[in-house]
Amino acid sequence: MNLYEVLFWLLTVVAIGSALGVILSRNPVSSVLFLIVTFFAVSGHYVLMNAQFLAIVNIIVYAGAIMVLFLFVIMLMNLNADAEPQKNRLVQLAGVLSGGILFLVVLAALKTSSNNLLEQTATDIGLIKNLGMTLFTKFVLPFEISSVLFLSAMIGAVVLGKKGEPQK
Amino acid sequence: MPIQYYLFLSMALFSIGIMGTLMRRNAIIIFMCIELMLNAVNLLLVAFSKMYNDSSAQIFVFFSMVVAAAEVAIGLAIIVMMYRKVHSVDINILNRLKH
Repeated sequence: MNLYEVLFWLLTVVAIGSALGVILSRNPVSSVLFLIVTFFAVSGHYVLMNAQFLAIVNIIVYAGAIMVLFLFVIMLMNLNADAEPQKNRLVQLAGVLSGGILFLVVLAALKTSSNNLLEQTATDIGLIKNLGMTLFTKFVLPFEISSVLFLSAMIGAVVLGKKGEPQK
Repeated sequence: MPIQYYLFLSMALFSIGIMGTLMRRNAIIIFMCIELMLNAVNLLLVAFSKMYNDSSAQIFVFFSMVVAAAEVAIGLAIIVMMYRKVHSVDINILNRLKH
């Protein structure tokens, strides 16, 4: 068992364990912190798969921006109490069962799908130079469209967040 | 490392996200579980990019991060608006829409 495999299993255990922590912890703030740990473990997987730029972007965008926004909203609404009402046991059991059955079905379907191996040798496709070349040659139209998406999301958030005056 | 391991890992993360979405009543936790599902798909895309030695899949991950950021901005604005109206983020309150 070489270093790559040791790191893979370590990051896998951390990712799944903290993902379970997200859905099982009662306090929303600790859910957010568990989700940040999950994102860091996923970023570790990205580094193992030679996607260094995406690993950094994942940490900056998800752990840095999105989760801070979540934490900010939770603190703003004063929700960091443990008094969250629970769904009844039957609904919770149904949720766990349907998620678990989906996992089992996909596991059984993909068990014998392909035998492709990911080589452990380093490649440089994840470096920023190659990604930038691909982004600005093959994917330049989606890139420009995503800026329009961001603009509309920004306008939408401002319109939604504005204190509504009573309509005449 | 066989590709199946990454398939199973991201499928496990996705299923945990689905379980959380179905189990919890707090709208913010449900939203976080959706983020978890998006991340599971991103992980699988990066694994396929490594398998085929092609960087297009990583660009797709980039775009899905863009969509996730826009989605979080809008979704949290909607949750804040809902909290301002009903002073709760419990999704069971929302079945008032039925009446």
